[in-house]
Amino acid sequence: MEKKEFGGKLIEVDEDGFIQDPDAWDENVARDLAKTEGVEEMTEDHWKVVNYLREYYLQYQMAPMIRKLCKTTGFKLKEIYDLFPSGPAKGACKVAGLPKPTGCV
Amino acid sequence: MPTPDEMAYYRQEELLEIDYRPPERGWMDTPVDFRRGSYIYPGKAKMLEILGLPNPRDWAVTDEDWKLPDNWKQIVLEGMAERLRKYRSFKVFMDSCVRCGACADKCHFFIGGGDPKNMPVLRSELLRSVYRKDFTALGKVLGKLGGARELTVDVIKEWFYYFYQCTECRRCSVFCPFGIDTAEITMMGRELLGLLGIYVNWVIEPVANCYRYGNHLGIQPHGLLDTLEFMADDIEEATGIRVDIPMNKKGAEILFVTPSGDFVADPGIFTCMGYMLLFHELGLDYTWSSYASEGGNFGLFTSHEMIKRLNAKIYAEAKRLGVKWILGGECGHMWRVLHQYMDTVNGPADFLEVPRSPITGTVFENARSTKMVHIMEFVADLIHHGKLKLRPERNDYVRVTFHDSCNPARAMGLLEEPRYVLRHVCNHFYEMPENTIREQTFCCGGGAGLGTDENMEMRLRGGLPRGAAVRYVQEKYGVNRLAAICAIDRATLVTVCDYWAPGVKVTGITELVANAMVFEGEHERKVDLRLEPIPGMEGEQESEGSGSDE
Repeated sequence: MEKKEFGGKLIEVDEDGFIQDPDAWDENVARDLAKTEGVEEMTEDHWKVVNYLREYYLQYQMAPMIRKLCKTTGFKLKEIYDLFPSGPAKGACKVAGLPKPTGCV
Repeated sequence: MPTPDEMAYYRQEELLEIDYRPPERGWMDTPVDFRRGSYIYPGKAKMLEILGLPNPRDWAVTDEDWKLPDNWKQIVLEGMAERLRKYRSFKVFMDSCVRCGACADKCHFFIGGGDPKNMPVLRSELLRSVYRKDFTALGKVLGKLGGARELTVDVIKEWFYYFYQCTECRRCSVFCPFGIDTAEITMMGRELLGLLGIYVNWVIEPVANCYRYGNHLGIQPHGLLDTLEFMADDIEEATGIRVDIPMNKKGAEILFVTPSGDFVADPGIFTCMGYMLLFHELGLDYTWSSYASEGGNFGLFTSHEMIKRLNAKIYAEAKRLGVKWILGGECGHMWRVLHQYMDTVNGPADFLEVPRSPITGTVFENARSTKMVHIMEFVADLIHHGKLKLRPERNDYVRVTFHDSCNPARAMGLLEEPRYVLRHVCNHFYEMPENTIREQTFCCGGGAGLGTDENMEMRLRGGLPRGAAVRYVQEKYGVNRLAAICAIDRATLVTVCDYWAPGVKVTGITELVANAMVFEGEHERKVDLRLEPIPGMEGEQESEGSGSDE
């Protein structure tokens, strides 16, 4: 699989640019991943979403349902799209270093 | 700028310029064009390793070299010979097609794309031509003249492209005078590709997840509990009722199994909340399972062996927990596996009892062997016996149509129950045109593991016939909701509707049931399960009257 440089590290990514090793993630990696999503600067609001996703993932090994993400962070779905144009699953989860979700979703 | 995996990339006028004329060269001489948006990423090496599948490696569809084993041809031909011996149906389907073409214009991918190799007859010929060459005397002698051709790497690539452009929906089979089940041909094609380590990741990762964790999404027990508890919070907000979450409860009467999409994906989660409320109100002695936490079975899209491996988990768990029978949720292909494979591959489930509704006493004779009842059968029976207190006027803001999911409709014949339930919980139910529903229902365009975004062009093309029928009832009757009893539908039809019939939202039926149900001890219902205000319910407005059902 292709390797790309994020935060000064060479990290394996899938076809859609999701990093393959969640442990390779750090904040600098997130900043570079954000750029691939058209987010030039990670603001406090961006971090709020990304940090919550990251924490949830580390505890549960899955992404929270989008409804829970909205409720916990206080952002409406539209606001999350404003922050991450590809949306919570493809955009925010990617920046948080989570794998791409598969299945009946 | 949108990319080919995004809906916005495709302009409707361009997609609708469908050229049904065949290419100038013969089909055997027309190579596959792998363009972005029309194929699915290959299975990752890691997933194949988890499942013990052959030839794990990382590769790309657009690579010239697919890194096949040196003896790939021998593997495929031996695999074909083995399956021709093992599956009588496969041999009959290979031999009996007279190429009458009755199926040709019945496939949603052909209708929406115009590629002749998506005529089911020709898609089958991709495999049949190799069968003729290597397994029939006539084909050996006549060669290309007799419709036979040599198996080459290009043929393998063509198989990959088109067997993953078939959703195994079986609409074409309804029209075949010989009853050839084209889904089974696709399944054989995919099995043969699998022998070479050729899978798509959208299928094989869920399979690997289900194998390890019990569900396609890889949800682990604490994650499942957290998710259901969150739903219980939302339920409380909407109704004032706190529901229990019985998990892995030994000795429960009923094991409930539903597709894992219902745990996380909008709008399936609202149907999941509906199940929880319904069971609470009935006081049902049931349990969720964190091991059998998947109704779906992506083994169906992989191989017969994988169907068996994944299906076995549900029955092993039923045995371990000591339940009497199994209740299944709103899933599509789960029911094809249950009705047409389970009994042969893992049954009969003699250790369970013939399902009997503890509320009405109805014995589900149709589930005598599999011991598994569909939630729509269960609910229709409850309504029939007057066991649910319903206020359908709460759903008066919903003008709903029903999409028959391919497998419950064609593999199970579940046509009346969902309609019966819908008519009792909604006052405004409208049917789509008759050649697009019931046995003739059109696929969502994303079943059988094709519902991933990198396949967006094919999903939109395949979704065109369904989307057009939805648009029709939207314009004619003001339909604003599409109900479907399948998690793949609830995921993929959102895109189909957004594209072809914008404004129509997707729902499961149990969501509408729970919105109409009156629960003991509920507070005033001002919002629905989506926590959106129920129009007209603030002031107890009169219902518009009885159900209309054009």
